[in-house]
Amino acid sequence: MSETSLGEPLALLQDATIGYHRRAAVLHDVTLRIEQGESVGLIGETGSGKTTIARTLLGLTTVHSGRVTVGGRDLARLRGRALRTFRRDGVVQYVFQDPLRSLDPDIPVGDSVAEGLDVRGRLDRTVRSSRIAETLHAVGLDPELASRLPGALSGGQRQRIAIARALILEPRLLILDEPVSALDAANRVHVLDLLRASAAGRSFAQLFISHDLGSVAGVTDRVVVVYRGRIVEDGPTAQVIAAPQHPYTRLLIESAPTLESAGADRERRAELRALVAQGGTGA
Amino acid sequence: MSAHASAAGGPLLEIRGLHISSPSAPLVRGIDLAVHRGESVGIVGESGSGKSLTCRSALGIVPDPLRVSADRLAFDGQDLLTLSERRWRSVRGSRISAVFQDPASYLNPSLTVGRQLAEVLRIKLGRRRGAARREAVALLDGLGLRDPARVATRYPHELSGGMLQRVLIALAIAEEPDLLIADEPTTALDATVQAEVLDVIADLRRERGLALLFVSHDLAVVAQVCERVLVMRHGVVVEEGRTADVLAAPRHPYTRALLDAHDEYGLDRLRAHVPSAREVVHV
Repeated sequence: MSETSLGEPLALLQDATIGYHRRAAVLHDVTLRIEQGESVGLIGETGSGKTTIARTLLGLTTVHSGRVTVGGRDLARLRGRALRTFRRDGVVQYVFQDPLRSLDPDIPVGDSVAEGLDVRGRLDRTVRSSRIAETLHAVGLDPELASRLPGALSGGQRQRIAIARALILEPRLLILDEPVSALDAANRVHVLDLLRASAAGRSFAQLFISHDLGSVAGVTDRVVVVYRGRIVEDGPTAQVIAAPQHPYTRLLIESAPTLESAGADRERRAELRALVAQGGTGA
Repeated sequence: MSAHASAAGGPLLEIRGLHISSPSAPLVRGIDLAVHRGESVGIVGESGSGKSLTCRSALGIVPDPLRVSADRLAFDGQDLLTLSERRWRSVRGSRISAVFQDPASYLNPSLTVGRQLAEVLRIKLGRRRGAARREAVALLDGLGLRDPARVATRYPHELSGGMLQRVLIALAIAEEPDLLIADEPTTALDATVQAEVLDVIADLRRERGLALLFVSHDLAVVAQVCERVLVMRHGVVVEEGRTADVLAAPRHPYTRALLDAHDEYGLDRLRAHVPSAREVVHV
């Protein structure tokens, strides 16, 4: 795990064991640092604990042991009003997989985008609309779209609305949980391009959760692989893909569809599957 | 190999001038498609391109308000357009079968998967109860499910998505069809499981000489299993050819955009030679 950068990271899970019950923990001794402005990919299979890590960073899980801090605040100790204030401040924002289900179908998307601002307190009308317009512009949408309902937008536009809704609160960490899995090829590229550009801007950190290594690799500087509730790999994206250490990471890379016919890789995948099933580390 | 006699020469599935329309708009506008015995053909397109409807017309399951017309729609020389529902039953499932995106929704949640598989073998192939049970386990074994006898005693909710999709494939090939239609069979699955299911499908083709019509929104997935590919957009085929040729020299801007997206956000660019499990374990 990367221990090189000194000082307080933006977000930190230190030897954290997390889950509904200590004896049935979802995550075991997880250590993960996210630095200011960094773009980190979090990859793993369904049920591996990716989303639990994300929920932990929002203060939505029970931490049985270890430490969780975000922006210097110890989340395990926040209770009641303090926890609500932390969430309302919007330091951490979350974008979900399916924008159709995360946006209210009966509210114009501009109002959905402004909802976080409205919760914080009343804003001057013109200030509010210019903030909405600025944010829509920042995610590559025409501000004119603010008056539309989600149903009148394409999947990719809706997902950009969901991202705008998170960004208007100027978060320091944006969590994207499978943000392109429900999108078509063309919309997927639009959203990935947007995320890549905002990662390059480094004004906020991104945690990009996906089971698709290709999308993650195009957007992030660093990738973290979770397997059965443990972090099994953590390193610079290009390095992890060129020289993966854990058999599960190797299997993931071998499983990504390439434009060549799969015949040649079949045996290697079969070997890796057997190795992963045995729980071998192989390293 | 299939026991069914074949009409000499012509394609197994032949579609010419296929039109499908809803009361308000045309959805499929003049598709030509042929799948020869033992051949694998892919259809790539985004949602709404008409790719699934095209497949459904070959199964006689285009939903009701939609109207189908074609110059020719034939399977193994037999006209499908004029087939009665009774005659369809001897074609659908027996000679043309299909798997779809969400395997759980095609299984009865209150029966074990072994029982559902045995039921097909008893009713469609007239097997006796004990023989059907044994054959069901053998089919599951053939699809690479570990401990197939135990899997057969499980209810759908007790199995993972990848296991369920293999159960569905077992159901689809139980009657030794000539053509398997696979409509986004791996879209809902994790990357590693997707590769596993694609490998299973490739093995089936090799072992049984099964012809395949494979639908996906992901060109790279189609490239894994198909010799020939059609690219559909807005109800028409915009490009078709040998998969290798289309990938090497795409002609239509949409196909080029799909390939560019893959170059940007696929793994090919970063992937080095990944050492095989054996190479690493014995270092």
